[in-house]
Amino acid sequence: MGFLFMLPAAAVLLIFLTYPLGLGIWMGLTDVKVGRPGTFIGLENYAWLFEDDVFWLSVFNTLLYTVVASIIKFGLGLWLAMILNNHFPFKAFIRAIVLLPFIVPTVLSALVFWWIYDSQDSVISWILIEMGVIDTTIDFLGKPNYARASVIAANIWRGIPFVAITLLAGLQTVPQSLYEAATIDGATEWQRFRKITFPLLTPIIAVVMTFSVLFTFTDFQLIWVMTRGGPINATHLMATLSYQRAIIGGSLGEGAAIATAMIPFLLAAILFSYFGLQNRKWQQGGSDD
Amino acid sequence: MKHLTRREAIKNTAGATAVAAVTPALLAAAQAFAAESPWTPEAGASIRMLRWKRFVASEGEATVALLEAFSQATGVKIRLDSEGFEDLRPKAAVAASIGAGPDIIWTIHADPHLYPDAMLDLTDVADHLGAKHGGWYPIAEEYSKRKGQWISLPYTFSGNFLNYRISQIKNVGFDTFPDNTDDFLRMMVELKKAGTPGGFALGNASGDGNCWAHWVLWSHGGRIVDENDNLVLNSPETVASLEYVAKLGKTFIPGVASWLDGHNNKAFLQGACSVSNNGISIYAAAVREGMTEISEDMDHAYWPTAPGQPVREFHVCFPMTVYKHTKYPNACKALLAWLMDAGQYDSFLEASVGYLSHTLKDYDDNPVWTADPKRRVFKDAVHRSKHFGEAGSLSYAAVAVFADFVVVNMVAEAAIGAKTPAEAAADAHKRAARYYKI
Repeated sequence: MGFLFMLPAAAVLLIFLTYPLGLGIWMGLTDVKVGRPGTFIGLENYAWLFEDDVFWLSVFNTLLYTVVASIIKFGLGLWLAMILNNHFPFKAFIRAIVLLPFIVPTVLSALVFWWIYDSQDSVISWILIEMGVIDTTIDFLGKPNYARASVIAANIWRGIPFVAITLLAGLQTVPQSLYEAATIDGATEWQRFRKITFPLLTPIIAVVMTFSVLFTFTDFQLIWVMTRGGPINATHLMATLSYQRAIIGGSLGEGAAIATAMIPFLLAAILFSYFGLQNRKWQQGGSDD
Repeated sequence: MKHLTRREAIKNTAGATAVAAVTPALLAAAQAFAAESPWTPEAGASIRMLRWKRFVASEGEATVALLEAFSQATGVKIRLDSEGFEDLRPKAAVAASIGAGPDIIWTIHADPHLYPDAMLDLTDVADHLGAKHGGWYPIAEEYSKRKGQWISLPYTFSGNFLNYRISQIKNVGFDTFPDNTDDFLRMMVELKKAGTPGGFALGNASGDGNCWAHWVLWSHGGRIVDENDNLVLNSPETVASLEYVAKLGKTFIPGVASWLDGHNNKAFLQGACSVSNNGISIYAAAVREGMTEISEDMDHAYWPTAPGQPVREFHVCFPMTVYKHTKYPNACKALLAWLMDAGQYDSFLEASVGYLSHTLKDYDDNPVWTADPKRRVFKDAVHRSKHFGEAGSLSYAAVAVFADFVVVNMVAEAAIGAKTPAEAAADAHKRAARYYKI
């Protein structure tokens, strides 16, 4: 009977998750093109990619993008969550406003950043020129490292609310009595954070950072709207390169191989989050000793 | 029988302010066509057509009117959907892969060559139109033919030429736009010195970026492959092209490395850019918005050629094609033949106001090319253009190399000095070799 009740959920998972994933992995092992069935070629796509400088550049870009953006999103998100956890006027309203960057459609925020980083009309350049700090406009998206930093900044702006609001929910579950006891014992603010807040937040940090890393690692829209992977592939992520090769270039097999190559990185991120951050027995279902 | 309603027509022309009505004359022409057409639509035929989002409202309206007239005269139901290029191409590819979806697709570049087996043989329609209208321009034929069979109709091209400010080039001593690469470079250097630089997109810009990057590669004899599809990208000619690019790149406006297709339009219209490459859209926008200081002071020119080199330019093809999975092949063929027949195609060209150029020789005489002298060069887009597989074929490898921005990236590397011309050519050759070794 229990098995029967599980069937609908299992069927949904099989049809909408396992099948597409399996098909993607299979396509990565074939030379299938758009409109033309492929034949099995084993690991040839991966052997090609191994020798492809642009692929390795996209791996580097993706890792840099994910690591830098995730660390900053975590730091700023936690900070923002702690600020929002205090009592202040219009608390609910301000908490709602903080979510705005996350609510705005990605394409829209990408277009806004596209204007902010415009090579001729950037508002940042304009302000700095008016203030006399710089003489010429900053080429935000034209120089490889500037472009990387710029797209990472856009991703951080977009991703902070998710981290902040989720951690805020976590913060509100920390019992006040622990802080009171610690205060009586003479603990400083930093000690209270270090010994109470952070340890009790780790389960939710594990979850929120797993999702944050997954979202960042698989980001597509921000890059596609702002740079199309340019200049000279400096901001191409694995997801954008996969799309460019599979759909625009017609090499579905190669594109699928790039997408499949993302899986080990994603698994590693998930395993790190779960086993690295949830290292207490009670977090993994053991007793609270 | 369901025809395009006014509401659908408005939707399909994506914000058009007025809908071109089917005039009695147009309906009579459609009825006459239906009576004589070599292709009789199947009973109860219904066609779904997917097109790219039009550049100019008047063209969208004219096309809708032509479809509506055909629908009224033949009883064939037509549904027209439009999508931006970025969404159109994957949709077209998916339809080809799964064998379902739209019947007719009006797409870009040589995309039907990506899925030739999914396309209906249109040789009879192409032969019929070619015989009736003075023949096809050779490049149009190359774009649409695969192994002797027409897999699409080269419906139109969008010319991509040099846009320049008349007063600014005069200011640096050029009364006319230079027709050779040496003078062109000299002019760009002088424009930079005068504080009125030009600029060309170096980002992954699929339109303007590809058009100028392929021209400059070909300008000094460089090419990706020879006539037999042998890879010859890393050649002294390519290095010569890139050495020219390295000099030219120093004259550009700062920021071109990030430019995508829309950036040069914006910079030019703001008066910040004296020379760039584009379709007629900058001029059309300046006229439409009443920016006379730009529209009256700008003109268009052919791309310059290097000494001893032939004309080789890159203009964007928009082919129309029919999927093999359609249930109504005759209705689709009749529709394409109607759209490209005299009268209808003339009205399409006039409504396109120079954005789009013809592929059948008889339409050289269309009044759109003489109504405004600033449209003059766009008339020649088709017979000056090569395809991106030059000098070989439009193979899978050619499409893949083009989609991967190999030439654009190579030119960008040389232009901004990220690599020497020799290194850029060698690395691009290596990238292209991955596809051409199949």
